[in-house]
Amino acid sequence: MTKFTSFVAKTAGIAALAVGAFSGAAMADGHGFKPIKPIEFVIMAGKGGGADKMARLMQSIVEKEGLSARPLVPNNKPGGSGAEALVAMKSASDPDHTIMVTLNSFFTTPLRQPGLGVDIMTFAPVGRMAEDTFLLWVHKNEGINSFEEFVAEAKKRGSGWVMGGTGKASEDNIITDYLNDSYGLEIKYIPYKGGGAVAKDLAGEQIDSSVNNPSEALGFYESGDVIPLVAFTDERLPMFPDVPTLKELGGDFSYFMQRSVVGAPGMSDAALAYYTDMFTKVYNSADWQKYKSDKSLMGDFMAGGDLTSYWQTQRDRHETILRASGAIK
Amino acid sequence: MEIIAALMDGVWQALQPTNLLLAFIGVVVGLFVGAMPGLGSVNGVAILLPFTFVIQEMTGSATSPMIFLAAIYYGAMYGGAISSITLGIPGASPAVATTFDGRPLALKGQADKALVTAALASFAGATVANVFFTAFAPPLASVALKFGNPEIFALMLMAFATFVGLGGDDIPKTIFSICFGLVLAAVGFDEITGAPRLAFFDIVEFQHGIRFLVLAIGVYGIGEMIWTINSSRYKQTHTEANITFATVTAAIREFPKAWKGTSIGSGLGFFVGILPAAGATPGSLMAYGVTKMVSKNPEKFGQGDVDGVAAPEAANNSASTGAMLPMMTLGIPGSPTTAVLLAGMVIWGLQPGPLLFSNQPDFVWPLIGSFYVSNFIAVIVNLAFIPIFLWMLRMPFTILAPLIFVLSVVGTYAAYQNMFDVWLMLLFGFGFYFLRILDYPVAPAVLAIVLGPIAEPTLRQSLLLSDGDWSIFFTRPIAGPITVVAIILILLPVFKLIRDRLRSRSKEAT
Repeated sequence: MTKFTSFVAKTAGIAALAVGAFSGAAMADGHGFKPIKPIEFVIMAGKGGGADKMARLMQSIVEKEGLSARPLVPNNKPGGSGAEALVAMKSASDPDHTIMVTLNSFFTTPLRQPGLGVDIMTFAPVGRMAEDTFLLWVHKNEGINSFEEFVAEAKKRGSGWVMGGTGKASEDNIITDYLNDSYGLEIKYIPYKGGGAVAKDLAGEQIDSSVNNPSEALGFYESGDVIPLVAFTDERLPMFPDVPTLKELGGDFSYFMQRSVVGAPGMSDAALAYYTDMFTKVYNSADWQKYKSDKSLMGDFMAGGDLTSYWQTQRDRHETILRASGAIK
Repeated sequence: MEIIAALMDGVWQALQPTNLLLAFIGVVVGLFVGAMPGLGSVNGVAILLPFTFVIQEMTGSATSPMIFLAAIYYGAMYGGAISSITLGIPGASPAVATTFDGRPLALKGQADKALVTAALASFAGATVANVFFTAFAPPLASVALKFGNPEIFALMLMAFATFVGLGGDDIPKTIFSICFGLVLAAVGFDEITGAPRLAFFDIVEFQHGIRFLVLAIGVYGIGEMIWTINSSRYKQTHTEANITFATVTAAIREFPKAWKGTSIGSGLGFFVGILPAAGATPGSLMAYGVTKMVSKNPEKFGQGDVDGVAAPEAANNSASTGAMLPMMTLGIPGSPTTAVLLAGMVIWGLQPGPLLFSNQPDFVWPLIGSFYVSNFIAVIVNLAFIPIFLWMLRMPFTILAPLIFVLSVVGTYAAYQNMFDVWLMLLFGFGFYFLRILDYPVAPAVLAIVLGPIAEPTLRQSLLLSDGDWSIFFTRPIAGPITVVAIILILLPVFKLIRDRLRSRSKEAT
């Protein structure tokens, strides 16, 4: 009975929501902010990658827990390593109804393309949902079992060793550059549209290695096709207790990727407060916490001024990295 | 044997009242969103995804919500043909090739034949794909893994070749049309360097690229409408569509004539569908091209050939089942709709990937069972609704034309919520009307805008891999043969030309 009534209530709710979404006549309350139309939920990456899966999970949690008065409508804008998404956000016609899931291309793409005229500090800091981690993966058929063996083999093959990654001058490219510079390697980097395609091509031995996030490589890790060699984190990941960190092996390098939700520049304070509240609830939901531990995500929730100062630090760090690698002058 | 037992059990599960009801509702919803221009299966499953959490709560399993969403996906593949045939506007992108011959048939007063062929070819395509899926899903996943960038580019080359190598059409004009489509496909951000390209007048909307559906609705909705208005001036303009039970059964009995298109569509569609990155739209366009090429009378294509309806319809259904394969076995969606399904599976607590089949048999088999059940429901419902669709056709064109115009505008806006795309759609409609007056084929341009975004990055990634050495397309075991076949197909018209010249010369000599 209770299930049935809750079913009726939810169905009615969804129907009302759909009607309301199309009427567009509903007005915001005098106090605070409530979305009056479907919220555009921009995803700064292609379908099937880590960012995409996570964004769609967030959307599902919002729907499941009934956290938003209007539905979130996911919209992938993967073009130009996130440039398409950033420009769309900058020119959003209704900043109060436009939010985006970002990753580190949020820092790198505006640095590489000043012509876009995007200043990330003007974006609204809704909330950081996690920091994603990176591992180095190779196919099991390579017969490589440690990072030392990887370095030896990659050195031997020179530019015949191929690393696949998401986008150019992106997270994956930064890590590849670091490996090349610090270990005297000449790995060839091939940019892909999304992490899902990279994972697939590593499993199919089209490429020799990847630096996928755990969420992207997990399926093929569990099936035994790919093996992790080293983690680019400060401490070992609970899910991969036998995989050493690069720091243990003497490298002075760790790298994380933010999984944050941002509002379009020009978002009102009331709207920002509304979305921060929504995503705080998403963060605290059982589904999100489970996903976080299942996929080896780290980092606590962060919003407002804390998040903007985190952005400042990250942007400065990326500027240094990109300058050193020659990606920007 | 093990597989057959598992499948029987799965079908039984899918036939349980709750699942059967969900499949039925899903199919009807899918038929509707598929038939509505601008809305496609992706809109249907995305809008109803929240509803599946309620279903999951009620039934306590992840299978029932998945059956529901998968039924929408299949229903939409059937539905897309309806507006392609009756109105000439592709109801959803995978149905664009169905307009090529479906619409001319309808204009000749044989809409019933076109609709019946579409429904039965869809069913045949889906059934073939289901059998492949049931028997070979895990091994086929490893075939998909063998297709790296050079292989996918070679395949795209072959798709273009089928359109160039067709006799009948004017070859230079076909090539011009393909190039024009490729230029349109290049608008937007460059995926590899991240630089914006062809963003005319610094208009932000151009940076998103030109969406396929905008072109398709413009060309086939508006362009076709103007064409019909122009060619039917001073004539009786409503379409004959007298439908009786007898004409439908006659059409059903005639269906085996379309065996060629159906079998090519079923096989090719499934194969293209299982490759991540492709999906149902390229699958149906390629099936159309190949069927035209092997046909004994290719000149009838575009004039209303049943094979031309059967091929794309069999292919888009077959491809949609195929696209479920990389989604379930590799965790990689092959189409926008499967991306939403994948998201659903994650929140229902499943881990799509190589281990899904062995770890979650109680999810997988009832779902596969439902593929058969849903398609059976879809073909019955579709056939039963045909009289209603034909009623639309009986409207005089003076009423139908404004309706097409309104549906084109509303459909484009509904797809992207963007007025810019609506203006662009109208511009394409008028532009392609003029191209058509000048006798340029428009289908190759449509093909190019679908395949360009797949062909370009795979070409560049391949050349990065080989340090710019083009031999990579010939030396790899899978890419090599495909490239060679593609090049032969492209050169075919040249051979024909030389042969004809030689013949006429030897005639002159005698």
